Amino acid sequence: MSTLKKLVTTAAVSISLVIGISAAVQAQSLGTPVDESQLKNFDLIAQADGSGYPDGGGTAIQGKAIFERRCVACHGMNGEGTSANTRLVGGDMQSEERPIRTVGSYWPHASTLFDYVQRAMPADAPKSLSSSEVYQVIAYVLNMNGIIEDSLLLNKESLMQVEMPNKDGFIDSSQAL
Amino acid sequence: MSKQELDKVAANGLINRRHLLGLGLAGMGTVASTSLLGADAGLNLEIPGWSKQPGANASGYGSRSRFTDDMQRMAGNPNPLYPGGGASRSPLHQLHGSITPNSLHFERHHAGIPDIDPAQHKLVIHGLVRQPLVFSYEDLLRYPMVSKIYFLECSGNSGSLFGPNAADGSAQSLHGLVSGAEWTGIPLSTLLDEAGVDPDARWINAVGADAASMGRSIPLNRAMDDVMLALFQNGEPVRPGQGYPMRLFVPGCEGNISVKWLTQIKLTKEPTHFRDETSKYTDTRLDRKSLQFTFPMGTKSVITAPSGQMKLERQGIYQVTGIAWSGRGSIRRVEVSADGGRTWADAMIDSHQSEKALARFRIPWEWSGGDAVLQSRATDSQGNVQPTRTSLVNEKGNISTYHFHGIQSWAVNTAGDIANVYA
Ligand code: HEC
Repeated sequence: MSTLKKLVTTAAVSISLVIGISAAVQAQSLGTPVDESQLKNFDLIAQADGSGYPDGGGTAIQGKAIFERRCVACHGMNGEGTSANTRLVGGDMQSEERPIRTVGSYWPHASTLFDYVQRAMPADAPKSLSSSEVYQVIAYVLNMNGIIEDSLLLNKESLMQVEMPNKDGFIDSSQAL
Repeated sequence: MSKQELDKVAANGLINRRHLLGLGLAGMGTVASTSLLGADAGLNLEIPGWSKQPGANASGYGSRSRFTDDMQRMAGNPNPLYPGGGASRSPLHQLHGSITPNSLHFERHHAGIPDIDPAQHKLVIHGLVRQPLVFSYEDLLRYPMVSKIYFLECSGNSGSLFGPNAADGSAQSLHGLVSGAEWTGIPLSTLLDEAGVDPDARWINAVGADAASMGRSIPLNRAMDDVMLALFQNGEPVRPGQGYPMRLFVPGCEGNISVKWLTQIKLTKEPTHFRDETSKYTDTRLDRKSLQFTFPMGTKSVITAPSGQMKLERQGIYQVTGIAWSGRGSIRRVEVSADGGRTWADAMIDSHQSEKALARFRIPWEWSGGDAVLQSRATDSQGNVQPTRTSLVNEKGNISTYHFHGIQSWAVNTAGDIANVYA
């Protein structure tokens, strides 16, 4: 921390003491202040309201080539998967007795697809795709599920508009006891 | 001594738990030691070899007896199509007490165990806060900490019991994704208060530093409650498989939200709907609606011995023992049945039970060579009673296989073989 910043922090501590914030809490202030701008390359969280999406974009047509190079070994040529865990296409929540739950049939938000592929895929080299490649390859996954056209330019604006078939299928139980 | 002299408390051989400590000891009233254990007249005790020569020296890092090397977690084979993904299960059938040794604590990883240098690890708290902060490991070691004993259970533990047929399995293979430990760390509220929570914040979004950057959203009111940033497990630094150098610990809740290798906490208005709280770890009901953010683990118990795939070699007295836990309180009562749930007897549980921790239970049982079905049923401090498997599956269906907490049935046949059954 720069001397200037330290001085500012010390001043802030004295002010907060004056305005009555618990001295005990302030005495333990050991964290170093950062700026959101310093977290640009660190914070990968992309939410349904459109926050956290990078620039860039592309279409499913472009994404098909990426999928065939980087994803098919584990997810199959048509996203049919190599295990129950890796199936990316198909399923129907209403008609099937035990519904096959995939990106297409189950996921409530398209934002999750961007967020997850950007942080965790391809599983053998996570975070190796550029932002545009992520938009393109998820466009292809959405297209294989019949959710978007293969010519749609997927970017931070259009991704927010994508409606998932099971968007109303979830109940927030976070406050249940 | 005749069988009638033992104080039978339920059908098919269950004996008053109060006899437990006295069995085999002289002076226990009607329970005489010799008749229960049987003296072997041909046995002459000698001084053993290890009492006649000096043993090994003290060492820098302890190891267990070579005679206990068979106690191992059960880990799946590595899968190149799921690099680093998988689980290892605690050997419940071999463990006693209510603390799991760190080397045998269950694990579940989604992209392997990262090799983190604590000097380079950062914890960032940002988003809807007055002042975003970054903490080093050194910084965090200077905070006031608390130590608490808690269980940790994977949401998918016992999930195969949702299946239509009872799988051939052991306590370890079926239920080994639960363990107990003492966790030491900083109340998360201390750090959130330091950053200054914005009145608009409703959720924290916790992200790990593993290759999957595992993320989970937790409501702020919960995060300010008993959640801690855990740095130590059973007194030593949290091991790499448990999140070294630091993990979130959310007591009583499905293990996945106790994000390991914690590196980011972002406060937001809405949850992120991470993949592992939408695609996975959600509970689809029979009406096809899915419950999201179902955190607390149910009131549950399992008999760990005698248990599946063990064999009773001879008739006589056995200690039926197991573990019980609840994500909503402490364990108040554990009952055991030897006749598939028709009659029940109270097992002994240690008197000081803490909240959201494993409780060890024990009850003596005399096996007289017939068929038996051993079950245990826990009740927690909120009055929640562990349901039968049938009522749980009828209520929840089996589209999803998380949060199984029904009663486990172990069938003993006349040959002494023990198997998982649906009873
Ligand atoms: C080395 C194998 C491998 C490769 C290559 C791979 N994945 Fe995956 N993928 C997995 C595994 C395994 C999972 C499940 C992970 C888990 O459950 O923790 C998964 C999960 C997913 C999921 C979530 C599925 C669900 O329903 O929850 C998506 C979406 C996905 N991968 C997309 C991709 C894309 C896009 C690519 C190519 C850029 C890719 N993956 C490359 C192995 C792989």
